[in-house]
Amino acid sequence: MQPSLFASVQWTVSALTKYIRDLLEVDVTLQDVWVQGEISNLSRPASGHIYFTLKDAGASLRCVMWRTDAARLKLPLQDGMAIEIHGKIGVYEVGGQYQLYADQIRPVGEGTLYQEFLRLKAMLEAEGLFDTERKREIPAFPKRIGIVTSSTGAALRDILTAIRRRLPLAEVILAPSPVQGEDAPPKLVEAIESLNQLKPDVILLARGGGSIEDLWAFNDERVVRAVASSEVPIICGVGHETDFTLCDFAADLRAPTPTAAAELATQTTMTELQGNLKTFDLQLTTSMQDILEEHSSALASLHDGLRFFSPSRRIQSERQRLDDVAHRFAVAQAHRLALEANQIEGFRKRLEALNPLQVLERGYAIVTRQADEKLISKIKQVKSKDEIHVRVSDGDFNATVK
Amino acid sequence: MPKSSSAKSVESLSYEQALKELESIVAALENEQRSLDESMALYERGQALVKRCAKILDKAELKVKQLSGETLTDFEEAE
Repeated sequence: MQPSLFASVQWTVSALTKYIRDLLEVDVTLQDVWVQGEISNLSRPASGHIYFTLKDAGASLRCVMWRTDAARLKLPLQDGMAIEIHGKIGVYEVGGQYQLYADQIRPVGEGTLYQEFLRLKAMLEAEGLFDTERKREIPAFPKRIGIVTSSTGAALRDILTAIRRRLPLAEVILAPSPVQGEDAPPKLVEAIESLNQLKPDVILLARGGGSIEDLWAFNDERVVRAVASSEVPIICGVGHETDFTLCDFAADLRAPTPTAAAELATQTTMTELQGNLKTFDLQLTTSMQDILEEHSSALASLHDGLRFFSPSRRIQSERQRLDDVAHRFAVAQAHRLALEANQIEGFRKRLEALNPLQVLERGYAIVTRQADEKLISKIKQVKSKDEIHVRVSDGDFNATVK
Repeated sequence: MPKSSSAKSVESLSYEQALKELESIVAALENEQRSLDESMALYERGQALVKRCAKILDKAELKVKQLSGETLTDFEEAE
């Protein structure tokens, strides 16, 4: 279509720019983009905002990062650096420029690594490798502590310092392994597996801080699986407080740093052991004192018992019993004698009453026949001329019946 | 009554062994009836175990070994 030469003016620059701006800013895709490129024309004026151009082989894009977002930036930016930026497309109307308002910047590759991290994490999580029920208790007082880390790194030095300070009684076995680079994952797996053969009480898997790429071996599926299937409980202390690796999720315990891992592995310290020993010592002495007291009081009561049953006491009591019996016997005897005396007196009186001689005193006589000495008490018993014998109170004489 | 390791000389016991025996001796003295002679013998053994443990704690020095393949060697720490 040919533009008309005499058409009337429809737009001001501002209105048109505003129109373009609206067009771009209602586009959902453009308001949430990740874009990759190389930094050029980097400028950080005193305002604190950051301005640069993001380029690739075929195009360039103006970028701004406001001061508040720039303050959170961990990565030191410089020209030529390959980065990935997140932000939204907008229009700077005064300059007539569209540009990217950035809110996050990260090094190239981190995004894909992160995607891989999330994918692997979801997969292993679904398999149950990170389940809480799988976590085992870390022994409070380990005799043997296994360590998997680089034999030259700061992590090892930190760990040994912490263990030496807290529990030098322990024995440490280092299974050295590179902790970054392509070699690292298989070597870490090998170290974990060979330490398992020696059955230490706990294994520390550690590495000092570094970039996300440096820590990547601890997100390797092989290593994560080795951690999960270790028979010995594993404490994972990789990087710094803010770094999370998949090994952290698979381990029985996550420590923020290697030093913290060593501390978590040595919950019982020398101070506590010494305290425990003192307690035992005290208990030992106290129970022995109790036992001695028990025995001595048993002895005292035996002594009392002995006195109670001693022969002199027995003899005394027998003597008393004898006295007692003798007394009772005497009383009984006296009583019986009295009784008998009484009885004899009775007999005597009765005998006296019956004495025939007393009757003679009163003038009666006892008459017997001389021939047969039979007592005569009836007239018929005698006839004339019978010779009889008469007894009176003071003597006797013979007579003849007329 | 703890007897198992009482035949062993106290000096040959590890910290764990000594502590374990000490623990059982304390429990035995606290809870079981026995003759005075036996109690005294246990107490003396207990005292020797306490001394043994204290000595081990006092002299404890971290032993660091390195596992290479299947062999353990002393690990030389860089200063």
